[in-house]
Amino acid sequence: MTAEPILTISGLDVDYGTGASGVRALRNIDLTLHRGEVLGLAGESGSGKSTLAYAVTRLLSPPGVITGGDVHYHRPGGGTIDILALSPEQLRAFRWQELSIVFQGAMNSLNPVHTVHSQLTDVLTAHRPGMRAAERTARAEELLSLVGISTDRLAAYPHQLSGGMRQRVMIAMALALEPEIVIMDEPTTALDVVMQRQILRTLVELRERLSFSVVFITHDISLLIEFSDRIAIMYGGRIVEQAGATEIYRDPRHPYSEGLLHSFPALHGPRRELTGIPGSPPHLSAMPTGCAFHPRCAKAFEPCATRVPVLAAPDADQDREVACWLHR
Amino acid sequence: MKYVLQRLAFYAVTAWAAITINFLIPRLMPGDPVEALMSRYQGQLDTGAIASLKALFGLDENQSLWSQYTGYWSSLLDGDLGLSFTYFPTPVGEVLSDALPWTLALVGITTLISFLLGTGIGVYSGWRRGSWLDGLLPVTTFISSVPYFWLGLIAIALFAVKWPLFPFEGGYDSSLVPAFDWPFISSALYHGVLPGITIVLSAVAGWILGMRNMMVTVSSEDYVMVAQAKGLSERRVMFSYAARNAVLPNISGFALSLGFIVSGTLLVEMVFNYPGIGFRLLQAVGAKDYPLMQGVFLIITLSVLAANLLADMAYALLDPRTRKEA
Repeated sequence: MTAEPILTISGLDVDYGTGASGVRALRNIDLTLHRGEVLGLAGESGSGKSTLAYAVTRLLSPPGVITGGDVHYHRPGGGTIDILALSPEQLRAFRWQELSIVFQGAMNSLNPVHTVHSQLTDVLTAHRPGMRAAERTARAEELLSLVGISTDRLAAYPHQLSGGMRQRVMIAMALALEPEIVIMDEPTTALDVVMQRQILRTLVELRERLSFSVVFITHDISLLIEFSDRIAIMYGGRIVEQAGATEIYRDPRHPYSEGLLHSFPALHGPRRELTGIPGSPPHLSAMPTGCAFHPRCAKAFEPCATRVPVLAAPDADQDREVACWLHR
Repeated sequence: MKYVLQRLAFYAVTAWAAITINFLIPRLMPGDPVEALMSRYQGQLDTGAIASLKALFGLDENQSLWSQYTGYWSSLLDGDLGLSFTYFPTPVGEVLSDALPWTLALVGITTLISFLLGTGIGVYSGWRRGSWLDGLLPVTTFISSVPYFWLGLIAIALFAVKWPLFPFEGGYDSSLVPAFDWPFISSALYHGVLPGITIVLSAVAGWILGMRNMMVTVSSEDYVMVAQAKGLSERRVMFSYAARNAVLPNISGFALSLGFIVSGTLLVEMVFNYPGIGFRLLQAVGAKDYPLMQGVFLIITLSVLAANLLADMAYALLDPRTRKEA
């Protein structure tokens, strides 16, 4: 893909806790989101997907700390913002205006004591001080109809909505200021498959109309293959493989990606055997030496246990990267 | 609206039950007020006086319990609570209405102050954990763990006796005649300072602790994170998202504590000889003044019920989840 980058993450390190008791949640993450693209981020629980999303938006709550690296946002008109260097005031203005998030767990993302209306409009009040109350209400109605919810639900409280409707409200909220980037952190995990489909379809339509870039975080790699342009696979706080969605599906290079792909039934295409990955994800405080995946890897050989493979293009070609000794 | 009516009906039934028990208990106890009065006058009452006293207290043995009960209700509805022995022949209603404003003013205002102060400190210390406000917590908790009478006595010993800044007893300067004029009101305020401060000191820790804990809990809720991600101002996140949700248990606690304003001040009023309801109750118990005790209990019961009702209403207003769908 030749599109210009909109968000570049380079060398990002995140720790939980400092000193001897601290654990390293993210190590040396390099990732680029291009304009208009859907970037999928996949991995098991605890691989650092959500931590990455929170670190990029500086929402990490203590004891999470960013210990190194850079996150740059590239304005559409040119000009670059160093997100990690923003003052609290600048950060407030940046958030939601340029980058919004749909959090996992739609059930708890809405404040139970405020109406949908109040939660949709307070972001407008904060970022568009000149807007009048009637305009804000009109915008809120517009947003709700955008995600397929009837506008009379504006006066409803979150507990009066179903899970799917709440997640739609969250998506509507994320689009309130027409941001350039929307990070979706497992937006459909709490929902049943039918509702997942509907929400994803809504998302695809909205993205075509509004052309924002998406970072889509999930552990459901089959979903990503259909929905995203490019996929980054995380393991043990590192990105282990990064390639176009079809390349990952047809020809995964990292043994872990291969394992992940064979853990889910594909939604289309021929049947294949599900194998899964033996063992369980490593604990962050007891990360294996060398490649973090080597204790579970069937193809592990001599360098894997001692030396960390770097993320690099496997062959001379292509727009893909993998961190594995098999491809050196 | 339906919810309000349901609650009202529920509290009406509870009030009826409480009043009935209030009626029955003195009649189930061995001995009666007349006997107590007889022993107090050491046989100086003749049988005629005894009979008329019994009639006066509604203890006429010729009457069935039922007709006593209906009589009790009809006099209650007339506002007639009988005559007090201690202040004979002042009606109980008058004794209570003299005492009630003192208690309501002193304890009402101090309860409100300690609630607002404690909740406010709790909001800030829960939001900015690790600030100097956290250092306040052990101090206030220590003070509130001191038995109240001791705290009151220490306050009197220090600020009324050693350094006579404040009067050590009473509700107003006894040389003044109660009236709505400045000398009397300022004297009442001046007399209220020391008991008021001790009440606030002993109560504020509970509010701080409760509010701080709830703030800590609510701050880790997803919707607070969302509010932050939305780029709302910190004030808005802190008050409208975190504190707004965290304050709910404190609000109901506050409404309930309103009910105990009338009753919970026995110690304060004893220590400071304050002319309120608690002081009257103490006198009534000392003098076996059954009508006065019954009157005090009635007031306490009704105020607790009213406070509960208020708590229900406040909760329904503040938390949409407790409202019934129309």
